[in-house]
Amino acid sequence: MTASLTLNKITAQKGISIAEAANRVADLGWTPSYVQEAMTFPTDYKISKTPRDPMKQVLRSYFPMQEEKDNRVYGALDAALRGDMFRNVEPRWVEWMKLFLAIIPFPEISAARSMAMVGRLAPGEELRTGFTMQMVDEFRHSTIQMNLKKWYMENYIDPAGFDITEAAFGKCYATTIGRQFAEGFLTGDAITAANVYLTVVAETAFTNTLFVAMPSEAARNGDYALPTVFLSVQSDESRHIGNGHSMLMAMINDPSNHQLLERDLKYAFWQNHAIVDAAIGTFIEYGTTNRDKNKESYAELWHRWIYEDYYRTYMLPLEKYGIKIHHDDVAAAWDRIVKKNYVHKTAQFFTVGWSVNFWRIEAQTERDFEWFEHKYPGWYAEFGDFWKWHAKLSVPGETNILFNSDVGYVYPHRCWSCMVPCLIREDFVCDEVDGKIYTYCSEGCRWTHKVAFAAEYEGRATPAMGRFSGRREWEDCYHGWDVADAIKDLGFVRPDGKTMIAQPHLRFDAKDMWTLDHVRGHTLGSPLRGFRALSPAEREVATTEYRKGFKINPCH
Amino acid sequence: MSAQTSRAAAAKPVAIAKSGAAGAAVFPGSDSRKYNYFEPKGRKATHYEDMTVDVQPDPERYLLQDWIISFPDGTPTYSKDWTAAKSSNWHKFRAVDQEWERTHYQRQSTICGMVQNTIENGRKSGAPTRFDPAWVKILQNHLGAYKHAEFGLGTSTMQAQRYGYTQMVNNAILTNSSYKLRFAQGITLYLSEVGLDLPGFDIAAGKKHWLEDPIWQGVRKSVESVMGSNDYLEQYFATNVVFEPLVGELFRSGFLMQAASAQNDFITPAVVSAAEADYERNLANTVELFHILGTDPTYAAQNVALFNRWLVKHADLALDAANHLQPIWSQPRVKVAAYADALAHAKNRIKGIGGELGLTVPVNIAS
Repeated sequence: MTASLTLNKITAQKGISIAEAANRVADLGWTPSYVQEAMTFPTDYKISKTPRDPMKQVLRSYFPMQEEKDNRVYGALDAALRGDMFRNVEPRWVEWMKLFLAIIPFPEISAARSMAMVGRLAPGEELRTGFTMQMVDEFRHSTIQMNLKKWYMENYIDPAGFDITEAAFGKCYATTIGRQFAEGFLTGDAITAANVYLTVVAETAFTNTLFVAMPSEAARNGDYALPTVFLSVQSDESRHIGNGHSMLMAMINDPSNHQLLERDLKYAFWQNHAIVDAAIGTFIEYGTTNRDKNKESYAELWHRWIYEDYYRTYMLPLEKYGIKIHHDDVAAAWDRIVKKNYVHKTAQFFTVGWSVNFWRIEAQTERDFEWFEHKYPGWYAEFGDFWKWHAKLSVPGETNILFNSDVGYVYPHRCWSCMVPCLIREDFVCDEVDGKIYTYCSEGCRWTHKVAFAAEYEGRATPAMGRFSGRREWEDCYHGWDVADAIKDLGFVRPDGKTMIAQPHLRFDAKDMWTLDHVRGHTLGSPLRGFRALSPAEREVATTEYRKGFKINPCH
Repeated sequence: MSAQTSRAAAAKPVAIAKSGAAGAAVFPGSDSRKYNYFEPKGRKATHYEDMTVDVQPDPERYLLQDWIISFPDGTPTYSKDWTAAKSSNWHKFRAVDQEWERTHYQRQSTICGMVQNTIENGRKSGAPTRFDPAWVKILQNHLGAYKHAEFGLGTSTMQAQRYGYTQMVNNAILTNSSYKLRFAQGITLYLSEVGLDLPGFDIAAGKKHWLEDPIWQGVRKSVESVMGSNDYLEQYFATNVVFEPLVGELFRSGFLMQAASAQNDFITPAVVSAAEADYERNLANTVELFHILGTDPTYAAQNVALFNRWLVKHADLALDAANHLQPIWSQPRVKVAAYADALAHAKNRIKGIGGELGLTVPVNIAS
């Protein structure tokens, strides 16, 4: 055999180039002349330019590539079991996965549905393959995540919470933010939802913290399954980012779109920040047992992925097209994370509400305190006592921290926009929309509800824009209920009918576990109902008082 | 330490300080290892059901706070009003093919490999150069035109998968779309590649025929009517209950797959056969869904009446489309398939499907 002879050379035959293949596939489309295409979801944007396909991939190569990725994922899951992963996994971490994995499959499949919306709106068929691949990708992500969750349920010490997962998703006060995230992908103005909110902001910016930063933390906690699934998921995101950018470029040269683009970039960034940073920040910072001071904190990760990677290299270049970028919001989001303790306050809120959760939250310990203080100077003074209270009150028979006035925690208002509570008390705002008073966590969220989600934007009619609806304040659903009855109604009770799924600790012993009887006798209430019942003058006083915040009492 | 005490120590069970593994402790709920929030179709939930059921929430089941964003007219994120069909339980349907992501990629990937190998090996052996010249024209003009029909149905079902009231309905329509678009691309690439071996092969001719040739205008009108429906279930119904048997299978099985070998073409049947297998699965899902709706305890009669109207509307178009295709059967040099036989088979097929669904097959199909 000569040195230059290879199998490729023997088997190679003349073919068509990838670019040519993509062009021919794009030529499959035509403009119907007998019957107009079905009505689609409307948009207020004008899309006159055909979006280019940056990936030039065809389905013939896509499906085998994805199957190969799947093989690696499922092989890794088998390997993790053979390697006895669950013997070494940190339960503190896996417990938070009950919440995370309850949320994420619906946003994923919502993204698949939203491809119908952009697929029809994009002129020409160049990007159709990209949208098709994204549709099938999202179907992949949704069901591969349901599979991972099932796998945890089958192999982790405490399956309760995984076993009710999709029912819990529909009912829980924390998963509500995931529903806002998902519905934002596929409801209202089709471009706002499926292009700007989903691909340009959520996928381009925030999947990095979701699907890259979080898996790293999973691995540090002995969980090798989450990284293998989610890094595989993330490997699809680059194509989606390409779809989003290409669609954006097809609209950006039309100045009549700029006003809407500025609105949507601002709305999408702020809401992604409010939702994703609350949830993922908590999982990464409070779900871990790894307190290596050399690793990046969530704030540092945010700076790398959102500030440097997204804001500086993706958003800022849009200015050359004449788009005004909302620099102040980026700075404000950074301040909320670094100076205003947004993530820490979210974790604190989840913990206060542990009894109506469907996962366990154990107290942070001295070891954790040291790390937090190192990464976030001043943390201990504000949160140290709270976590000591949580440890102290984790024993059945103690008064539930949610109703225990010794602690000093003041239950927050719910933000009508992002649906995370108004945790940064000094930023709390309220406003009237269509004759009703609403509460918001921030000016950005007030603007989103009152200004962005309206029939008119800065004097321009926006007939396609969505509206906020539903019973957005979770607490209102159980106003006046005894908390034990609410937990039962939520279905957050173990098969014995009395032991709660949620527990304020990781002690896997029946004698340590809280039952409905341990929490009975306290009534849930809607902060918004009370707030609306006040006179304008009383509301102003209440607002000033709320903005002052609260101080956790010392725990001895 | 003596050897005896050492052995005694070794025999003592080692205490496990901490384990997060199943079975490491027994407490309430420690053995609750199945998704427990839905009723499986069979005795036990299938893997597909676990991956699929209730992922798209429903205010009538667990969505406590209702849909939280609406369209400007108040329509929620998902609405039952997006189809004229009614159901007393949209959650009953399970896809017969039980597809979730892994099985979908495995199947699609296998098909891609099979098709690509067949084309590569055929080309290596010089097979395209031995195709009958009249057949080459048929592939160029008519298979080239037909690929657009597949694409149209693929984009139509891609649109439709947004509207279903449950995850099960939408995912079945999504995989249908995925299969159609893969096949449309598969034909495109197949023709592009064999075209390299066939001097004078005009890859653009197919689209020209699709847009202009009277033979294809009935098919185009029929496909555009499916694409133009504002009812996603009408799109799904018209695709699989009507168009596929009367036009899709008629052309694929009733012509291409029967005639090809007599024209020295063993490649085309392999490429096209994948679509026939796709259709069997899509049809099974469709029949299951429409059978459930057609036997609904509350809405059976009105659903069947609706489906009969859809059947009449789309069968008229599809039959007209089929009849316009008739001249193609005369074009091969070696004639092995007769249009009348193929059409009779197609009519029988749609009669069978209609019978399964309790529908009244229109006279022009029944005769």
